[in-house]
Amino acid sequence: MVFGRSSRRRAAVEPVTLKILVAGGFGVGKTTLVGAVSEIRPLRTEETLSEAGRPVDDLEGVQSKSTTTVAMDFGRIALREDLVLYLFGTPGQDRFWFLWDELAQGALGAVVLVDPRRLEDSFAAIDYFERRGIPFTVGVNRFGGADEYPGPAVRAALDLDPEVPFLMCDARRRESVKSVLVAVVEHALLRSTSEREPAAP
Amino acid sequence: MTDGRQRRGRQVARWFDDDAGPVVRPYAMTRGRTAGTGEHRLDLIALVVPEPAAHDAGRDQALSPEQLEIVERCGTAPRSIAELAAGLDLPVGVIRVLVGDLVDDALVRVTRPVPPAELPDIGILREVINGLRAL
Repeated sequence: MVFGRSSRRRAAVEPVTLKILVAGGFGVGKTTLVGAVSEIRPLRTEETLSEAGRPVDDLEGVQSKSTTTVAMDFGRIALREDLVLYLFGTPGQDRFWFLWDELAQGALGAVVLVDPRRLEDSFAAIDYFERRGIPFTVGVNRFGGADEYPGPAVRAALDLDPEVPFLMCDARRRESVKSVLVAVVEHALLRSTSEREPAAP
Repeated sequence: MTDGRQRRGRQVARWFDDDAGPVVRPYAMTRGRTAGTGEHRLDLIALVVPEPAAHDAGRDQALSPEQLEIVERCGTAPRSIAELAAGLDLPVGVIRVLVGDLVDDALVRVTRPVPPAELPDIGILREVINGLRAL
């Protein structure tokens, strides 16, 4: 087992790594959002997915291939020497949703970036995080002309649970993206606190 | 080494993608393997940290250029699987196999990221919030 030797021997200097996912429709500004706060230029990496171990109907539409390559963009924020946050832009195409399972595993939370003119593009992501119980925050990216969509109407159209944070944002602006990320972690913290409460002294 | 080969032999027998067509070049570096020897898939944010043996003279001969580069990159600072993949411009799957081999050879070890639900102390989330605000 790969982790066998490592897990119990963590040196004090080894950073804790956490990840936040950035999901949303194609072209909604996920990589822009990552780039606005990342200390490195967003990097692109390719993940080759194998259908091994998955039921065939999980890969509707791609049955003829046994592997699929998808690209992910990610950035890094070193909050401290020993605390590093990674942001992963999830693939925009819905048919790669099964990649999210791996990405989502162990994620601190997620941002669903929404284009108010194409709300339906974000449904798959919202649905996914709701079902998996992953704390997420909705950020409505202000595109040119997007101001004509009032927040409450957008929120209602997305049919979000009341506790889901909902923010207007600008994926190009660092301060704006910071607020969205803070909202994600606060939401995760709140949930974590309420889950742990019964065990607390 | 015999042990390793036998183990890897079993991996080969478990190939799932015989129908995938011609083997693409990056996987030539892994001798065709698409999965490492470990039970767990290495997480994208798992950090690769060099072991003392990585500094031994003579290790170079046994390693492929890509593995050498992984060891060197991690020597300056721990690198995540995702960063290594992007840095070496190789698919994540290839990096997983190459790193898995380095783990088997005790040249590096890999941290296991703690899922937030298992964090011993949720104070770390407050630190993340403070850190983000201070950016």
